[in-house]
Amino acid sequence: MKRLLPFSATAALLAVWFLAAHRQVSGLFPDPLQVLNGLLELLKRGLLAKYVVASLFRVTWGYLLAVVTAIPLGLLLGWYRRGESALNPFLQLLRPISPLAWIPISILWFGVGDVAAIFLIFLAAFLPLTVAAMNAVRNVPPTLLRAGRNFGLSNLRLLVDVILPATLPQLIVALRISLGVAWLVVVAAEMIAVNSGLGFLIVDARNAGNRYDLVVAGMVMIGLIGLVLDLGMRQLERMKALRWGYGS
Amino acid sequence: MTPSPKVNIRSLSMLFPTDGSVIEVLSSIDLEVEDGELVCILGPSGCGKSTLLNVVGGFLKASAGTVLIDGQEVAGPDPRRIFVFQERGVFPWLTVEGNVGFGLFRLDARERAERIAHYVKLVGLSGFENAYPQELSGGMKQRLEVARALAVNPDVLFLDEPFGALDSITRLIMRSELLRIRRAEKKTVLFVTHDIDESVQLADRVVVMSTRPATIRRIVDIDMPHPRDLSAPRYIELRDLLLEEIGLAHKI
Repeated sequence: MKRLLPFSATAALLAVWFLAAHRQVSGLFPDPLQVLNGLLELLKRGLLAKYVVASLFRVTWGYLLAVVTAIPLGLLLGWYRRGESALNPFLQLLRPISPLAWIPISILWFGVGDVAAIFLIFLAAFLPLTVAAMNAVRNVPPTLLRAGRNFGLSNLRLLVDVILPATLPQLIVALRISLGVAWLVVVAAEMIAVNSGLGFLIVDARNAGNRYDLVVAGMVMIGLIGLVLDLGMRQLERMKALRWGYGS
Repeated sequence: MTPSPKVNIRSLSMLFPTDGSVIEVLSSIDLEVEDGELVCILGPSGCGKSTLLNVVGGFLKASAGTVLIDGQEVAGPDPRRIFVFQERGVFPWLTVEGNVGFGLFRLDARERAERIAHYVKLVGLSGFENAYPQELSGGMKQRLEVARALAVNPDVLFLDEPFGALDSITRLIMRSELLRIRRAEKKTVLFVTHDIDESVQLADRVVVMSTRPATIRRIVDIDMPHPRDLSAPRYIELRDLLLEEIGLAHKI
């Protein structure tokens, strides 16, 4: 019974959507069936696969660049407290600035195109990851660091063999959250900086003749892919070498 | 020529600055520990005995005085001398095998595997090689930490109230386990405790500390062979002597 609940609730909401769409005056807002047809149309024209790949391509590069730079930087800043006190005010100042505020500067530096979008995604993931890694190092229990030192570990080995695994549970949570943010930002970036991808699809469908069925179809795809990405990251948290970090 | 002591602590003092004033935690401690000896450092909670162990272990720098081990001044932590914490020191992301092998990164794979197998067996964790610490009981985690320490073949073990977090039955079992392991691997052991019975059961000598600033009040030889009879007149005599030395009444 409990398992059926989400399904019946979704069905009910779809029904409400359907009824509401048919009672509107303008007739522009699509019902669920029109959206489904819109998705099929995009699929047949080959646009769906093309746009999904374009969006995922940008997210992958922007996000990976952020991961490989932010995590080592954050761990080092957390480790060398002086670095942290030097850079932290600057990082905290940048953090409340929405990545979208960088769109004009991104276009100024990189022109309209993939690089501008990738840069925005990089920014969106880089700052929260750096700060999370920095804080995670501070939370490593001192007994574990001392145990590591006692066995004669060099600083580099201590970082790799103790600090990294000790911070990994917190890092995974930060990775999951920042991937979600990256996915939010790619859509916005594509609305302005490029002419492909799911974000572009939404703007383009509206501009090219108020095709709101395609607008909503694009939104549905964004939601589905975001959900799949999040579920994938959640699987990581189940690993045995990590589970200790999430309570019992 | 008499052999020099394994651990030689000379007029060691420790001062901690705390908002404005300075607190003296250790005051001119002199102590010699022979090779292979098990010495318990007994004192009331917060007297500074853990601080003493941390200085000897190289994790804290003394304000004055010196600590010599094998005639050399202690400059920092060293894999020849391993510190065992209350079970919290095991690495939660590593299995039992991973923890025991942690300090063996300089050995080749075969030798490493042999050592791991040997020490897992020695501390009675056979069958749990692939278990993670969160799947082990408190006593098992403590055995694991001891195995990890012994695996690197240190000369000296520092144990800081290692059984303090265990229930009283497990604590008794762990003490006899420690004595059994010590028969197999003769190490110099410095054991900090606030438990009088624990010190009489384990130690060759008990160093009784005063309250802060900690000084050595008295050093008591525990002249009883192992296994020790916990209801023998000599046991009770020694226990009462320590009770009195710490300043506690015999009745409750």
